[in-house]
This record gives sequence, structure tokens and C-alpha cells, in this order.
Amino acid sequence: MGAGHGHGAGLAAMYVPGASPVHRLEPHTKLVAVLAFALVVVLTPVHAGWAPWAYAGFLSLLLGVAAVAGIRPGRLLRGLVVEVPFVFFALLLPVVSRGPRTEVLGLSLSESGLAAGGSILAKATLSVLAATLLAATTDPRALLRGLDRLRLPAVLVQILTFMIRYADVVGGELRRMKVARESRGFRARRVGALKVLGPAAGSLFIRSYERGERVHLAMLSRGYTGRLPTGPVAVVGPRSWAAALSLPLAAAAVLGAGSLLG
Amino acid sequence: MSTPPPSLLVDDLAFAYPDGHQALFGVDLRLDQGERVALLGPNGAGKTTLVMHLNGILRGGRGRVEVAGLPVDEHNLQEVRRRVGIVFQDPDDQLFMPTVADDVAFGPRNLGLPEPEVTRRVAEALAAVDMADAADRPPHHLSFGQRRRVAVATVLSMRPEVLVLDEPSSNLDPAGRRELAEVLEALPVTLLMVTHDLPYALQLCPRSVVLDAGVVVADGATRELLADRELLAAHRLELPFGFDPRSVG
Repeated sequence: MGAGHGHGAGLAAMYVPGASPVHRLEPHTKLVAVLAFALVVVLTPVHAGWAPWAYAGFLSLLLGVAAVAGIRPGRLLRGLVVEVPFVFFALLLPVVSRGPRTEVLGLSLSESGLAAGGSILAKATLSVLAATLLAATTDPRALLRGLDRLRLPAVLVQILTFMIRYADVVGGELRRMKVARESRGFRARRVGALKVLGPAAGSLFIRSYERGERVHLAMLSRGYTGRLPTGPVAVVGPRSWAAALSLPLAAAAVLGAGSLLG
Repeated sequence: MSTPPPSLLVDDLAFAYPDGHQALFGVDLRLDQGERVALLGPNGAGKTTLVMHLNGILRGGRGRVEVAGLPVDEHNLQEVRRRVGIVFQDPDDQLFMPTVADDVAFGPRNLGLPEPEVTRRVAEALAAVDMADAADRPPHHLSFGQRRRVAVATVLSMRPEVLVLDEPSSNLDPAGRRELAEVLEALPVTLLMVTHDLPYALQLCPRSVVLDAGVVVADGATRELLADRELLAAHRLELPFGFDPRSVG
């Protein structure tokens, strides 16, 4: 009964295998680079007149990296799905903010709200694009090694490791339970269906919890002492750091130029 | 030269769970080096409880357990867990690392072995279960039979004295079952196999032990035990339809 082992589904779906210079960078240098880039983006002043130019500069930097990595723009756009809740919030701001108002398409909107909303949208989009680029060029397992090297607490890295390993297993259980329900004529259409789905979610939780206990037992049996041992780590020279950090440094240059000239 | 101590020695082991349920009532068991023994018995007989004592997951009852002469106690826990390799029933419980190679390396790295030695042991263990090609693959991309064999490799890499298998043939298709049997037969370790699969016990283990209601009720040659209809019937053990242990070569 090997049903439901979807290949390439789940959490690994973002990753686009490749051998570009961006792919080959050590994961922890890329993590630092993306974090620093996001920081520069966030530091861009909201109400400065040159802010849109800076956003355009950041965007072209990202597109340049994507071109080097061989990631198609369509792939980047798909990464933006996680941003949808922020978009709603950003669209709401011009309507609910106070201050001087302006007419746009017959709607009375707050000027400062428009600026704030637009800037939230731009900053979130740029940061998510950078993160999408990271996910597309870095294998999830390598990403975990990177987090470990950056001294993220071991427990968090372990939780993430198990999430990647067991997402498919739990997903498979969920699918099998769904098939079993529907095989007996169940249809999740009416509100009454919640009476069935609630306990199903509960039983999935119990099953996962019990699996967690069995996995822990298996780990103890092989001498687990509280940390996941990792393999050898490569020494990273200044050149790879320089290559990785060129993205946030270029972004910082754009920001610096904006505040000097603007 | 004195004779080596038995791989596994269980002496008058009794155990009750904290809720008061007593699972073992004085179990004696001795496995000599290189023996292959099947542990048979109905559900609830105490088989799993016994297995959990072999590497010290459960402790604190009456009696004692020794692995190659080393008593299982708090002090020796890490060494005992190296010497006793348990392969659990569901390979998804056993394989938790992102790749097969990482998982096989988990035990040796916990032992603090140097990396070249870890690499050597991973290659050796994967070769022993005929899964050397899968080293860099994620476990969930393997077939069930392949995952079970990798699970065996994850404990072989610790070079155990005793290999304990919990229901090794469950959920395997006939080919997967045969491939696993071939792998197990070729391993030079002491083997204890917990199973309901009586033909599999006969195929792999010259000796069997029947556990029921927390005590050993029979211990002898597998072929003779399986031919004893009254014994089987008394302990809820059943041969598959049409299977005659005396007619198997």
C-alpha cells in the first residue's frame, strides 16, 4: 500500500534544480544575503520622492540575479502567492487612513494612506521575490544546513527538518483518509460535513502525535542525545561571501544614492 | 580462549507498566553469537515490551538483560544502543533524515565517529542491503520494500552485536519479502526477529521462541514448533492455509 507518495510535491516544489553560480553558493551565505537585502528594502523611507526609483532599482537587481540563476519570471510570480494577505491590507490602507484626500477613479482616498499602502506592497513584494529566489535556487535540505550553520537553535532546525521529511507522509495519510471517507459516499458540501471533518482532523493529529513518539523511540535506539548530527561542512572563503553579499551591497548602494541625490 | 559471552542474555525479566498492567512475568532468553531466532506470539503477548528492554528503552523491572556481557543499565545505555540495533515496523518511523545517506549516518555520527569512518560505514551498510544507489535520495521517494531495507542499513552502520527486527515482512510484496530474506540471511550478526509470519520464521530462523502472556512457553527448533498443532492452537498462532512445515525443504 504505497499510495500517495507524490513526487516533487509539497515543500520541495519551489526548488528548481540547476548548476548556476547562484545555485552553487553556500546556503548560509545566501540566507544572510537575502536577509540583508530585505533589511535594505525595509529601510527605504516611505515618503521620500525617490522611493519608487529605489524600488525599481531593487527589482532590477533581483531580476538580474534571477537571470543569472536561470529562474523564469513566471516562477518568481508564483512565489508571490504567499503575499496575498498583505495585498488586502495594503489595499485597505488608502481607504481607512486620515489626512488630505485625493480622488482616484471617483474614490476619495487618503494621500498618506496611498503612499503607505503602495510602499508596503512594494517592500513586501521585493522581499518575497528575494525569498522566492532563495527557495528556487537552494535545495530545502541545504537550506536547513545553512540555518544550522548560522546557529539557529538546534531544536528549530530539527523541527524544520522533520517538517520537510514528514509533510509528504502526513499528506499521504490525509489523502488516504479522504479517499476512505469518499469511498463511503461522503461529500464535503454541507455545513453538517464539519461534524465529520472535525474528528478527522483530530484523528490525524493523534496519528501524527503517535508517529512522533515512535520516531523519537527510533532515534533514541540509535543513540540520539539531543542534536541531529550533521556531516562535514565546507569552509567558505571571502570570495563566496563577496559573491553572495553583492546583492544586498548593490541594494545598499541604490539606497545610498537615493538619499544623497534625492 | 574462553567462549564469548552470549550476544543476548535475558534473565528472569519481569515488567509492569506505570498503569499497573503487567506485561512480562519472568522471561529467560539466551541468544548465542550468530544465532537467528524468531520471537513468536499472539498480539499482547509482551513481545514489544521485551524488545524495548533489549536496548534499555524500558528499564526498572525485575531481572536483568545483558548484551555481549554488558548489563543494560543507565550507565551503559549508549554502548548498549550501539550493540542492539532495532529495526521498527514502519520504516517511515525509522527514516527521519532528509536523505538515505544522512539517515544511515545518524547512528555512527551519534557515536562520535570521525567523518571518513562514517562515510565508510554508510557505504558498507547500504551495500549490505543492496541499496548503494539510493544514498542521496529522500526516503519518501523509495518503495516500501526499499525503505525497509534502508531501515536495516540504518542500524547495520552501527555494527551491532544483535539485530532485532519488528515484523520485518509486514506490508512487503512477495518480491520485497524475498529480497529482504536474502539480505538478512547474508548478514553475519545475531538476529532476533519478532513476527507473525510463521513461514518467514521457518525460512530464516532455525530456532524459535514462543512468548505468551508474558512468559516463554516454548523454545526449540522452528520446524518442530511449527509442526506442533496443539502448541500453535494454544497460543493463537496459525500457519497459512495449506502450509506444511514438514514439507518445506
